[in-house]
Amino acid sequence: MPDWRGKIFYPRYPRYPRSTYMLLIQIFILGFVAFALWRTVGRFRAGELKRSALALWSVFWVALAVVTLLPHSTSWLASVVGVGRGVDVVIYLAIIVLFYLVFRIFLRLEKIEHDITLVVREMGLRGVEEGAEGAEDMHV
Amino acid sequence: MKVTAVVPAYNEGRTVGSVVRSLLPLVQEIVVVDDGSADRTAREARTAGARVVSHMLNRGLGAAIGTGVAAALDDDTDIIVTFDADGQHDAKDIERITAPIREGAADIVIGVRTLDRHLMPVSRRAANWIGNALTFVLFGKWVRDSQSGLRAFSRQAAEELEIKCDRMEVSSEIVREIRHHGWRLTEVPIRPVYTDYSMSKGQGFIVGLKTAGKLLLRRLMM
Repeated sequence: MPDWRGKIFYPRYPRYPRSTYMLLIQIFILGFVAFALWRTVGRFRAGELKRSALALWSVFWVALAVVTLLPHSTSWLASVVGVGRGVDVVIYLAIIVLFYLVFRIFLRLEKIEHDITLVVREMGLRGVEEGAEGAEDMHV
Repeated sequence: MKVTAVVPAYNEGRTVGSVVRSLLPLVQEIVVVDDGSADRTAREARTAGARVVSHMLNRGLGAAIGTGVAAALDDDTDIIVTFDADGQHDAKDIERITAPIREGAADIVIGVRTLDRHLMPVSRRAANWIGNALTFVLFGKWVRDSQSGLRAFSRQAAEELEIKCDRMEVSSEIVREIRHHGWRLTEVPIRPVYTDYSMSKGQGFIVGLKTAGKLLLRRLMM
């Protein structure tokens, strides 16, 4: 019987090949990249994105796909900034999703703001005389 | 040639009346856009003799200029001048900034406040330079006073003008429009009037930062 006292135990992880761990998250990220690319192109076709924005976002998403498929291409960066843990990847992913959502909300908000302006303008132009009196009464 | 002055006004009840009266002998029509003011702006402007278009909500400088230009184009005007309601412009400059358009030498004229340098406070001059630089970096055209409120448009330019920015970014957006449509630009020195009142209006430091941020976002994302 070996004497275990004073010894530190490290838990043993199941011996799956390392690549199996990565594969699932790679699929997730690649799926998301595909989705994002599809949406970006769709928005460009609908005329909501300019060509330059399409290029920018495509480069961004494709870069993400490359990094996902070849994770070692980022290892030098990870070592430089001092991150190397898998959990960080989740955080990065969350940031990317948030960034994408903020971008969408920004676009929509700008559009709504401008639509309100168009309505206010139309009302102002139609009621040049009598409407103006009414609007003034409301404020005073 | 018929000249219409467009005066965007937000809570400028103190000055808009005298601004309109100073413009009366120099232009054929005055459109004051009351941008949802809570004070007597609309009444003062109407009493002084302007046509008033009221926004029921405050929509910002760009929105007000857009409305004023639309109202001016309804009539058969030839030249549209934008003129600030806070009294910082001198109505006598109207003649000078409309001249290049009358002569057919320009599609748009911007009144430049920086030419008589000593007239402008240092803080404003620095802010103005930053505005110019940012406008240049984002839209690729250097103008000597990108944030000036005194401009003249030919009818054709006004019809082509498409304003998407509702707030203070409009000044830089107009610079983008110059480049986009290939308008011929003339810059004419004007005489700004810096009173304590007009200094308290316009863009303060924080609003200027916000404007810069919005411009940057727009350029990057749209």
